[in-house]
Amino acid sequence: MSNTKLKKVDIIFSPYSVAPYEILRWMMEKDKQDIIDNLIESGLRGRGGAGFPTGLKWKFMASEQGDEKYIICNADEGEPGTFKDRKLLVEVPRKVISGMAIAAFATNSTKGYIYLRAEYNSLIPSLKRELDVYHEYAAKFGLDFTIEIFSGAGAYVCGEETALIESMEGKRGEPRNKPPYPIQNGYKGKPTLVNNVETLASVSMVCRYGAEKYKSYGTDDQRGSKLFSLSGDSLKEGVHELELGMKISDFVEEFGDGDTKAVQIGGVAGFCIPRKKFHETVIGEGNTTGGATMIFNSSRSMYNVLHNYLDFFAEESCGQCTPCRVGTQQLLKGIEAVKSGDKPIAYLDDLVKLSRTMKITSKCGLGQSVTNSFSSIVENFKEEMHH
Amino acid sequence: MSKIKLTIDSQLIEVEQGVTILDAAKMINVNIPTLCHHEDLCVSGNCRVCVVEVAGRERLEASCATPAEEGMDILTNSAKIRNARKDVVSLLVSEHNTQCTTCYRNTNCELQDLAAEYNVDGDKYMSVLKPNIEIDKSSWSIEKDDSKCIRCQRCVRTCAELQHVNALTASHKGHEMKISTFMDLPFNEVVCTNCGQCVNHCPTGALTERRYFDNVWEAIGDPDKHVVMNTAPSVRVALGEMLGFEVGTRVTGKMVTAMRKMGADSILDTDFSADLTIIEEGNELLTRLKKALVDGDTSVKLPMITSCSPGWVKFIEHMFPEHLGHLSTCKSPQQMFGALTKTYYAEQKGLDPKDIVSVAIMPCAAKKYEANRPEMNDSGYRDIDAGLTTREFGLMIKQAGLDFKNLEDSDFDSIMGESSGAGVIFGATGGVMEAALRTAYAVVTGRDVPFENLNITAVRGTEGIRNASIKIEDCLPEWNFLEGVDLNVAVAHGLKNARIIMDEVAAGKSNYHFIEVMGCPGGCIGGGGQPIPTNAEIRAKRIEAIYEEDMSKPIRKSHENPEIVKIYKEFLGEPLGEKSHHLLHTHYRKRNRY
Repeated sequence: MSNTKLKKVDIIFSPYSVAPYEILRWMMEKDKQDIIDNLIESGLRGRGGAGFPTGLKWKFMASEQGDEKYIICNADEGEPGTFKDRKLLVEVPRKVISGMAIAAFATNSTKGYIYLRAEYNSLIPSLKRELDVYHEYAAKFGLDFTIEIFSGAGAYVCGEETALIESMEGKRGEPRNKPPYPIQNGYKGKPTLVNNVETLASVSMVCRYGAEKYKSYGTDDQRGSKLFSLSGDSLKEGVHELELGMKISDFVEEFGDGDTKAVQIGGVAGFCIPRKKFHETVIGEGNTTGGATMIFNSSRSMYNVLHNYLDFFAEESCGQCTPCRVGTQQLLKGIEAVKSGDKPIAYLDDLVKLSRTMKITSKCGLGQSVTNSFSSIVENFKEEMHH
Repeated sequence: MSKIKLTIDSQLIEVEQGVTILDAAKMINVNIPTLCHHEDLCVSGNCRVCVVEVAGRERLEASCATPAEEGMDILTNSAKIRNARKDVVSLLVSEHNTQCTTCYRNTNCELQDLAAEYNVDGDKYMSVLKPNIEIDKSSWSIEKDDSKCIRCQRCVRTCAELQHVNALTASHKGHEMKISTFMDLPFNEVVCTNCGQCVNHCPTGALTERRYFDNVWEAIGDPDKHVVMNTAPSVRVALGEMLGFEVGTRVTGKMVTAMRKMGADSILDTDFSADLTIIEEGNELLTRLKKALVDGDTSVKLPMITSCSPGWVKFIEHMFPEHLGHLSTCKSPQQMFGALTKTYYAEQKGLDPKDIVSVAIMPCAAKKYEANRPEMNDSGYRDIDAGLTTREFGLMIKQAGLDFKNLEDSDFDSIMGESSGAGVIFGATGGVMEAALRTAYAVVTGRDVPFENLNITAVRGTEGIRNASIKIEDCLPEWNFLEGVDLNVAVAHGLKNARIIMDEVAAGKSNYHFIEVMGCPGGCIGGGGQPIPTNAEIRAKRIEAIYEEDMSKPIRKSHENPEIVKIYKEFLGEPLGEKSHHLLHTHYRKRNRY
């Protein structure tokens, strides 16, 4: 089912309409297993981009034994074109923190961290004030789970959960080999659940309204609502909460400026959808769930767009694995050579193949996802690559 | 451990849980190419050369970093894999300085081998090698050429895990990512101990020893120079690997002949000064024990720790400078040899020391640095003029056009060419301890150590830290104060283990009297200047060869070496005497911690 019309909703940013941390208190009266089952039933998937079912992740976490178990809120929002998490942390931090506390209760975790990207350090005072409120209520409810803020150091790759953990341990932010996954062997070698800011806020909403209600939003494949960070050639830039399952054509109709040529969904790690595919493409199906959406009108050079992305990747690759470190440089240098005429147009095909090698050989999601934007831009806008 | 079953290339195998796909494949003789993997080091999984296909997964998995799982169906050779590997190797080549013909590691380079194996097309990808990369030649021992670096981080892991030195680290990210030092300082200004393990573990020519063999050729060609070559114990059990022999073959006699044919004026043996070290160090230990046990001198530092390994000496100077008093003041055999070459040897041979060029052939990179320490000129000249690695020496033999395999055996020259089996075993971890105990026990009791064939097996082996206790009984009258004492000794090799031992010493919790520390894993046989590759299996074979060499010697105890008896009679006088103090002992200094 993928023919839902675009529908705006207002769940995530709606005010926390009950007493402070009341949702947490409700949950603490429930059976832990029921909370997790409810989350699985809701169909909520991770909102960071990878889209792993959140309830399942919690279930694995709950089954891990350990004196110390960590919940980390991934607030290293670094995907270019994404700014929804910041808005959540500014406007409804209570929902995010509630999500962490519910996770801690349901999975018997002992300590929480908000991994905040360094560029968001200005949010620390207000977050701390909210954490004070939380800690007061947690003590009242008898929940032994404190939360601290950890300020990151700026690398994009630290949004990858194992690189994030390395960075928290004071090491260089490089992704780890998986398995073991953080659930088994995470921060300081202990079981660690890493969830994105929006995921945690959504958890609060699932708990507030119940799985049935949450499920009624979206489609069979994609449940609930989702935040979209919209930028580019639109008169409605900003964060929008939309039901999942809409076609790009609907999206463009609502948000485009009437001259939309392409839509980049899922940030630079996502896909670029050309006009001719607007009708057949559903956001979140076969593409990413990250929510960074950029609209380009016909005045934009897609070569420049791609060049900009590759520049970013070549700089933000952690440099650890070969395909990502060197592959990103080759793609960048390659399109420059085609543009300048030093390499034939057919070289673009070699580069697309290279990007596919990067997808199947890179160590983490960064190198694996470069091919998404690369091949979708090169293949759909080939003529712009050499004129 | 439970067992799991999986299929590799249609072959069903059963392995222990936790085994990687790479190791599982090895068990059935399926070789998967690797680059960042080294069996001495923890898994890294960053080069992506070892990728394999797991049925049901679109992405390839790095076999070195992926544990085998029950029911996995793995392919190690398919079009998808070959294409991916070729791409990965091509990418590495595209950021590499491919001037292979002028590279020191030409024909012994893992990247070169893979590029050949996959027939990499050098034109497919454009070079992304950074221009104007300067080679860091600041160190006496090690050169770092980033243009040859493939960022596998084997050096970083070696420096951190094997050696606990952490002089090398990955810095920057993306296309700027590189292997660097603290604040990108030159090698000679950082905490590097010059052990050379990074060089030995580097798959390419990015890290190499600083070469001095051309200077040696020049000296050999100069009729006014008298070139004295001496070779360390562990060179003779490893050199053959470069020249067509099986690992673990002793090539002592051929090695001596080779040096003679190369034109050296005198071929001497560092084993001689190893024996001398035993006499000086053994006496130093007994003196310290007497001061501590009889005189109640609380300023005496015990345990006393060996000082033969220059990498270890620099390590303690950096890491535990407040405990330098524990180090024996004895110079290393190389430096004793150098000081004596330009004094005793010159005198005996009627040579002017200024005309002597002393060349030390060592398994070591740090020996180059040691030879250049400013204080190492007690003879009035630079005691050692050039320190070469086993690798440089092997190359010289090739350059000389010698048919090494078919060379006749011959003996070292005299004087300073005679040695005991005790001097030989210096080359293996535990060897100095064993040699010292053979002599010290005999000095104190007048009897041989109470072990079959003098073999003190308790201090042998490859465990990182080993210890033993020997009860001293029925002493000669002058050593009565040691009667009934349990002499506690320990052996550590690899700087990681040195740190563990030193942490105990620093905490005042060490109950040892004497500790042997060697900077490299396995001792000198695993030194940073030894043939590449070096790994656990190779180290074990070289160690075996060292003990065979010991058993083959008619004299097995340092104090019975006739040339040692002679040098004390004719030149040094007595152990720890004035001349010894001047020529054979040294001092240490505090160094920075970065």
